[in-house]
Amino acid sequence: MTRFTFHGQSFTALPTGALHWPAQDALLVADLHLGKSERMARRGGALLPPYETQATLDRLIADLHSTAACRLVALGDSFDDDAAASALSPDARATLDQITARHNCLWITGNHDPRAPGLAEITRAGLTLRHIAAQGPDISGHYHPKITLAGRRLPAFLIGADHVILPAYGAYTGGLDATDPALTALIQNGHAITTGTRTRMVPLISSCPKYSGGHARHARGGQRPPKP
Amino acid sequence: MTQIAPPPTIPAALEQWFADQGWQPHRHQLEMLHAAGHALLIAPTGGGKTLAGFLPTLADACTGDMGAGMHTLYVSPLKALTHDIARNLSRPVADLGLDLRIEDRTGDTSATRRARQRVDPPHILLTTPESLALMLSYPEAPRIFQGLKRVVIDEIHALADSKRGDQLALGLSRLITLAPGLSIAGLSATVESPAALAQFIGGAEIVQADPGPPPDIAMLPTTGIPPWSGAGGAYAARDVLAAIRDARLTLVFINTRAQAELFFQALWAVNDENLPIGLHHGSLSRDARHKVETAMAQGALRAVVATGSLDLGLDWGDVDLVVQIGAPKNIKRLVQRIGRANHRFDTPSRARIVPANRFEVLECLAALQAVQAGELDGDGQPPVGGLDVLCQHILTLSCAGPFDGDSLFHEIRRAGPYASLSRAQFDDCLDFVATGGYALRAYDRWQRLMQKSGQWQLRDPRAARDIRMNIGTIVAPELLSVRRGPRGGAPLGEIEESFAAALSPGDTFLIGGQTVRYDRLRDMVVEVTPQPTREPKIAVFNGLKMATSTELSARVLALIGDRSAWAALPGHTADWLALQTEVATLPTPGTMTCESFSRGGRWYFALYSFAGRNANQTLGLLMTHRMEQAKLAPLGLVATDYALLVWSLDPVRDPAPLLDPDGLRDGMETWLAENAVMKRTFRAVATISGLLQRNLPGQRKSGKQATFSSDILYDTLRKFDPDHLLLRITRSESMRGLADFGRIEQMLRARPHIVHSLPPHVTPFAAPLMLEAGRIPIRGAGTERLLDEEAARMMAEAGLQLDETPSKTSA
Repeated sequence: MTRFTFHGQSFTALPTGALHWPAQDALLVADLHLGKSERMARRGGALLPPYETQATLDRLIADLHSTAACRLVALGDSFDDDAAASALSPDARATLDQITARHNCLWITGNHDPRAPGLAEITRAGLTLRHIAAQGPDISGHYHPKITLAGRRLPAFLIGADHVILPAYGAYTGGLDATDPALTALIQNGHAITTGTRTRMVPLISSCPKYSGGHARHARGGQRPPKP
Repeated sequence: MTQIAPPPTIPAALEQWFADQGWQPHRHQLEMLHAAGHALLIAPTGGGKTLAGFLPTLADACTGDMGAGMHTLYVSPLKALTHDIARNLSRPVADLGLDLRIEDRTGDTSATRRARQRVDPPHILLTTPESLALMLSYPEAPRIFQGLKRVVIDEIHALADSKRGDQLALGLSRLITLAPGLSIAGLSATVESPAALAQFIGGAEIVQADPGPPPDIAMLPTTGIPPWSGAGGAYAARDVLAAIRDARLTLVFINTRAQAELFFQALWAVNDENLPIGLHHGSLSRDARHKVETAMAQGALRAVVATGSLDLGLDWGDVDLVVQIGAPKNIKRLVQRIGRANHRFDTPSRARIVPANRFEVLECLAALQAVQAGELDGDGQPPVGGLDVLCQHILTLSCAGPFDGDSLFHEIRRAGPYASLSRAQFDDCLDFVATGGYALRAYDRWQRLMQKSGQWQLRDPRAARDIRMNIGTIVAPELLSVRRGPRGGAPLGEIEESFAAALSPGDTFLIGGQTVRYDRLRDMVVEVTPQPTREPKIAVFNGLKMATSTELSARVLALIGDRSAWAALPGHTADWLALQTEVATLPTPGTMTCESFSRGGRWYFALYSFAGRNANQTLGLLMTHRMEQAKLAPLGLVATDYALLVWSLDPVRDPAPLLDPDGLRDGMETWLAENAVMKRTFRAVATISGLLQRNLPGQRKSGKQATFSSDILYDTLRKFDPDHLLLRITRSESMRGLADFGRIEQMLRARPHIVHSLPPHVTPFAAPLMLEAGRIPIRGAGTERLLDEEAARMMAEAGLQLDETPSKTSA
């Protein structure tokens, strides 16, 4: 896991793609896309293995347990569509009920699940939590950002001056490259934290080859950083 | 060939036509004409094979027995062939004044023409297995094919024992249901076991043509010296040009498109006399290809440089020399290839081989010895059809209309490769197609097919469109285009996504004949900067990977081990072998000869077992498992028929424990399940069976909607549904590319003598391995270390560092 500070608040990025906010005792996740395979099957598409909801919820329970967070904030697209919310399997429904019973859950609505019960956005400690990044400082999801590191494409947190964007937490989710104009319009310079087996922080520098410096500390003599 | 040929009852008009050409029908042509049911013709190229296949059709046309609608369906593995056959057939049809409509139908055929063919099919339709499957998915299929009398399958040896062949066999069985009186003619080049091919058709009378004179094959003597590694053959351009000058018409075969481009340039650079030489490969536009084909047919060319796109039996009678650049990976392929030259049945075909590097000199020599000894590579076992292809076939048929499960099962068992299909296997496939076949049965929405009054049908007929888009069994690797410079620079070519994924910024590689440096991947475009001075770190290879036969491997090893045989080698190659003995050790039969060296920040371990590709690949997976446990951080491996190359972050200093046969299998199950071979196989299986939609060109640019990787599905299934049909298919298919562990243990026990050297640099033998295709990445601690290093490097480059205090990104 990797710690970072954003507008005076301290956060920990987890290898699963969840974001822990200790000061608020909250775990933030984005784009669970529960019920994705069900939605595709319902629409006559491919019959994907119907296990991603269980896989996603299992991971979420493990993260809630390891961080001992009281609050859970889901930053939208928690369900792959509005109908998927009512079509959860009994097992998945029971797991979800178990999570909501034990935690104070805040559901933000997304573009996939606009009619699900939830809020469009909330503000905590001066930071707005919403589905799609807008007027910063905010924390959001939606884009499923990924970056390429040592030849591998990894889901990543993007951290800029005004926005933190979370990777998708759901099991069957694709991704958008951090170099995509939709994302570079939001975050010019900053950091990415890759997820996977463990987290790693890398600089995020848009097209200009020279890093403008600015907010970050300059290293002395190019020492190797410690393992995150 | 069961009885004496019946008296020739060839229609008079046809007999006259033969006489007008100054031809006499071959015995096997007449036998094909009189075969009662299905027939398989085995004939060397130049034996008038295609005409033999069409004779019964022409005979029916002469006697007015064509009937209404489609009479003959011709299926070939290559769309280029359909075009050529249409042209060749038009001549006798015109000469005989027959009123026959001949049309082709491939991916290139226009939509309007295809639509018309559905309503009003031609007498003779020329097509490919994929287009046939597509036609069978139409509700009109019964009407289109009901009057079909004949099916001619060309180059059947190239289709059988492949997934395309499975698809074709299933299609044929369907055709027999639609047109019960149908007879099938298979046309094949010389093969080891014709019976297996006859079984592919579902049982056929075998007609053997006279084999013709033995081919005249030799190495082309060159003035230039072949390089240690590389596959371009450019060193021999002058010698090849001289050979072209001395011949009437030459075909120059080379393995990949990029190599064809380069060699074509090299030829023209020395072509002082401006001999007309053309280029033909699959990346060229259709028009460009047709132009070359036509120019060649008109005799306007002296040579054509070509890749496999022309490989299969094009009927070019005037070719009198074939030049093969690079060693043919198996003997059968070599003989079939050169069979194209000089299509006159009574004169031997002439072919000259140009080894592209010094290792290939050995391989060529061994192959030539094998041809002289009359050895063909084995053709293996009778085909067993892929269940993923069967799933696709069931889906395809469901697009045509409702079907009955029992009847379909019997129809499928009639297809050669599925003759031993069990009812349980069939039901598994049907269940997968209908519901996904998952162990979890809580959902009622997982229904693609449903049963209505005993018949299976699509729940939503609109799904047919997507299913049709997915037809086909060739799962091509994802290609990324390579462009110069940031944003919209000149396009240089395409590389495989898996290759791009292995690149780090700063890596250099060869593309389109120049060395470039990888900068970044943006919007699925690989951006590079030309780096003319640097030697490429990695070469791009995306040619076909073909296995050499074990016979050939053994011959190569024998050549190396026997110093007295070196006399037969060109001097430069003998020198090269001698050099290997100086820096490392020459492999000898009965030992495990290996070496470790470092290059470009990686350690390489090369093992020369000469045990065949499957055995080497299996050994590689076993070894990397132990290397991972020994914390040597293995990163990848590549296996050839001769050797295994493993690269890692830390060196192999003592190979003995890694090659210990005892306890070799411990913990292997998980290691195997997680390796890249398995995931690659799963992707193909999931695509063919219809779980994953094929990525169509242009679709990937839609950014966020980019499909999630098949690896996620694989991992999810492994965790929640380990016995799922697709995992079972994936396991059995992956195991086909691996040797039995027992065999590996035996080999290690039989060859306990390990000879390990630590040369200071890449050895002569290892050089060609460094460029080998088919690299398998190992995802383990090594990859994690690479990620760490790369992240640290990027942070340092940006002038940043991580320390105990969290880094600030905002004031």
